[in-house]
Amino acid sequence: MTEVEHRFGPYGGRYVPETLMPALVELEDAWIAARNDPAYGAELGILLRDFAGRPTPLYRAERINELTGGDLWLKREDLLHTGAHKINNALGQALLAIRMGKRRIIAETGAGQHGVATAVACARLGLECVVYMGAEDIRRQLPNVERMRLLGATVAPVESGAKTLKEAVSEAIRDWVATVETSHYIIGSAVGPAPFPAIVRDLQRVISDEARAQMLDRTGDLPKRVIACVGGGSNAIGGFAAFLDDAEVELIGVEAAGEGLDSGRHGAPLTAGGRPGILHGSLSAIMQDDEGQIAEAHSVSAGLDYPGSGPQHAWLRETGRATYVAVNDTDALAAFRRVSELEGIIPALETAHAFSWVMANPGERDLLILSGRGDKDLAEVIARTS
Amino acid sequence: MTGCERIAGAFEGRAGRAALMPYMMACFPDEQTSIAIGLACAANGADLVEVGIPYSDPLADGPVIHEAATQALRNGATVTASLRVAKAVSEAVPTVVMCYANLVLSMGWEPFAAELVEAGVSGLICPDLPLEEAPEALAALDAHGLALVPLVAPTTPDSRLADIGSRARGFLYTVSVAGTTGERSGSAVGIDAVVERARANTPVPVAVGFGISTPEQASSTADAGAEGVIIGSRLIREAATAADPAAAVGLVVKDFADSLR
Repeated sequence: MTEVEHRFGPYGGRYVPETLMPALVELEDAWIAARNDPAYGAELGILLRDFAGRPTPLYRAERINELTGGDLWLKREDLLHTGAHKINNALGQALLAIRMGKRRIIAETGAGQHGVATAVACARLGLECVVYMGAEDIRRQLPNVERMRLLGATVAPVESGAKTLKEAVSEAIRDWVATVETSHYIIGSAVGPAPFPAIVRDLQRVISDEARAQMLDRTGDLPKRVIACVGGGSNAIGGFAAFLDDAEVELIGVEAAGEGLDSGRHGAPLTAGGRPGILHGSLSAIMQDDEGQIAEAHSVSAGLDYPGSGPQHAWLRETGRATYVAVNDTDALAAFRRVSELEGIIPALETAHAFSWVMANPGERDLLILSGRGDKDLAEVIARTS
Repeated sequence: MTGCERIAGAFEGRAGRAALMPYMMACFPDEQTSIAIGLACAANGADLVEVGIPYSDPLADGPVIHEAATQALRNGATVTASLRVAKAVSEAVPTVVMCYANLVLSMGWEPFAAELVEAGVSGLICPDLPLEEAPEALAALDAHGLALVPLVAPTTPDSRLADIGSRARGFLYTVSVAGTTGERSGSAVGIDAVVERARANTPVPVAVGFGISTPEQASSTADAGAEGVIIGSRLIREAATAADPAAAVGLVVKDFADSLR
């Protein structure tokens, strides 16, 4: 495989300032070379195993199943170092940056999980790290900010707009425009200009490669459905990738309905039928007004608080290969508590959206991507529910 | 006269060594004041005015223009109102609209081109529409005789520069530094080489922008061979802070015009 997708159907592309175009070409070439280089694969494999903690377990959610009558299996990305799937991509791209001779790393973060994962990768590999984070998210996710600083990263607050993930991505791209010859931008989700959505998917595919083999091993069969939460959509696309050719496996992405799809205050462009538009360098389903101004998203979970979606998700929706649904703030908060009590697992608020949906719609042989752990969300949840 | 011809006329009839090309933001601080700013630019020596349409997520812009766009939108700016501003300014001086791709895509390339013609605008700059994504836009604008003005950057390799330069209409927007818009002190390193490389690769005039904030910088950019000099954030800062924005912007534009005589 030598090709890197620029488009998924009509979605994707490279809508960026000209200054970045040569860097995207360089990145694509570097990714093709790395993917075909056994030495890169070996180095990344050792880091993922010994540093990050792969493979992650497949776990049967017995007490949830007793309650719902379903058969739910969890892919435990929450057990990874740094507590979420983001480390898979951060390590892969940090190694790629070194191959390109770039020693300064830029990242954006919403919930702080991608920022922490990138800070960890940079500390481990001796790279300089600057993380852009909305001021509102800094308030919501203070422990992760402290972690990043402890790891030697610079956390740059972003004060524009709603001060959340969308603005953090924009500011990271602006930094990259000015420093592109010495910096690499490790985008945290399956969004952005080509080749980022394909690279992030390829690096997160390890989730479904492992889970597919584990399901076959443990149940003798493929899952009937794969369920994952979707903000930009990196854990979902990584969780779907190995099942795309298994036509009988249903793929379900769970977005944030925020205060309700009708309220306009949500983060569900795929479920709400967002028109195609350009955000952060690619064409996808996005939330926008009639004239094309980007709307502000809203979600109790910082990681789903994003008005766009990865271009491959937009295409999976359009072709009907995947289905997208949405869960509101209240139901996600309830699932956060319920899963903690029933399974002894505190899920990330992002993942709690997927739990809420599957517990309301139980099935036989469901695979849920447990994308991250919820320690980071405790203060926010207690403040909202007490 | 087509838009492309009107732009060509602006460069041929320029008052100084290089065409003076101020940037203004439509509906900033409000619709009427922004029209007055555009007319003040025309009255004080502008050869061509760039009219920016406020956008929620301007990736190529630094903090000054970003903040102005945010304020304009907060005050109710729309694409429709912005095109009214462009129309009023176009009656006094040739204009090109600067607009992020999603606003154009939202309306459709062909309808947007028709709106530009209706407003008397001569061309369009999309700062996030590189060559690879531009064919549909180019066809729609060509059909109306409008110029799709491309950008080139210091990071653009030679072979790519030749591709972009050969498809340029109106002028070649040459970004002087790797970075977003905004004022910078000193002159861009190697500006002579940047201009020379651009001129060697396009039949249209070369205009230099990003970071030019003093008359001295404008003058040295013209000396380097630029056929147009674009002034942006410096003027937006004036519009954002002055008690009488149109008068204040007019005075600054006059200083730049004098430096290019």
